[in-house]
Amino acid sequence: MALKGNLRDFNITQLLNLINLARKTGALTIGGKGKQAKMYFKDGKLVCAFMDGQDVGLSGMLQKAGKISEEQSRTIRSRSETGTDKELGLLLINAGYVTQDDIVQSIRSHTLNVVYLTFAWTEGAFHFEPNRLPAEGAITVPISLENIIMEGSRRVKEYEMLRNELPGLDRALKFSERPDANVRDIKLSVEEWRVISFINPRNTIKQIAQANSMNDFQIRKIVYGLLSAGLVEFAVPDVAEKRPALPRGVGVPAPVKRGVILRLIDRIRRM
Amino acid sequence: MQTVKIVVTGPFNAGKTEFINSISEIDIVSTERMITDGARVIKGETTVAMDFGRITVDEELVLYLFGTPGQKRFDFMWEILSEGMLGFVVLVDSARPETFQEARALVDRFRRYSATPYVIAANKQDHEDAWPPEDLRIALRVAPDKKVLSCVATDRKSVKQVLLDLLYCILDALPEE
Repeated sequence: MALKGNLRDFNITQLLNLINLARKTGALTIGGKGKQAKMYFKDGKLVCAFMDGQDVGLSGMLQKAGKISEEQSRTIRSRSETGTDKELGLLLINAGYVTQDDIVQSIRSHTLNVVYLTFAWTEGAFHFEPNRLPAEGAITVPISLENIIMEGSRRVKEYEMLRNELPGLDRALKFSERPDANVRDIKLSVEEWRVISFINPRNTIKQIAQANSMNDFQIRKIVYGLLSAGLVEFAVPDVAEKRPALPRGVGVPAPVKRGVILRLIDRIRRM
Repeated sequence: MQTVKIVVTGPFNAGKTEFINSISEIDIVSTERMITDGARVIKGETTVAMDFGRITVDEELVLYLFGTPGQKRFDFMWEILSEGMLGFVVLVDSARPETFQEARALVDRFRRYSATPYVIAANKQDHEDAWPPEDLRIALRVAPDKKVLSCVATDRKSVKQVLLDLLYCILDALPEE
């Protein structure tokens, strides 16, 4: 089933988070700011990404990174029969122009640049095609999405977006209990560590901000990043504490016995 | 006679009226009115007060289904409706990601009203653009121990299953007698 939507309603951080958690394989196409980006994923990892006007191929990427000269690039391309990145890569290594690591790093850098550019897009149609893989001959470099999400979130400057995501700061956080949360490779900034040190279901986000002398924007940005990376999650509200604030009678479950529920189940089953 | 109730909530046009209509033994008491604002492009009518359906178990027990008003300006009704409920269903239009954020806010809000069990019903699964329930779980940040169920609100069998799943959750939450 293809996932479709608009970044206005489901932003790039949320999309990458979904792909990461669902370990999806496929192609994500996003149109935004007059451009189109295409990202490919395998088992929840980003493997390559392209953007209109920036698809310069392997030789272009290496040239841009200062690994090869324009002349070397031209020479290698003239020797290539298929023109695929895989063939170009082999020719470049065999010619002694670059190492395999140079190629991996350049592709990785190009892929990340494409993805980070899309973090600035607040509007644009997206479409995820399951199981669609890059073209034969493309070089893929698997990159974990956790750090991309963290870094991308750091780059998200739109305060309004953060406000929408975290409308209130009176909720508490706890460390994620998801068994699949991969926290080992996550790199945190000093500020994020400061927030992390106060994560406790008894501390509200507002209290954590106060303890660290952070303003609403700073704390929202950090908490949003931590939530998106799956490092923390909202603690279940303590209903017992909330009840006194509610009007009398509201929130108090009806006094029912198990027998009543069993009768309801039986009745609905028979419908 | 004992009456109990389940609340069906969800963003505008999530399918609450259809959900109740599919299972209620009576013609639902609904106050659909022509829409006069920008929401008209999505739906011609909306629920301005509430939908109200009934399932009679026997002479001593009746289950009422209450649908919350679809538009925000009637949100003062939500708290009143949630009073004494057994549990609630949050209906989400799986094909309209622009409503997911509102659905998430509704889950938070109703959880604050009451500690009763709830399920998320990923409605319109028969729509070709529908997001699968497992993706909706991530999009709505639903806790692993909560159910996100596939649903087609116009299909009685599907609605029955959602209600049964909610009742199982309610049963699990009750102390052993």
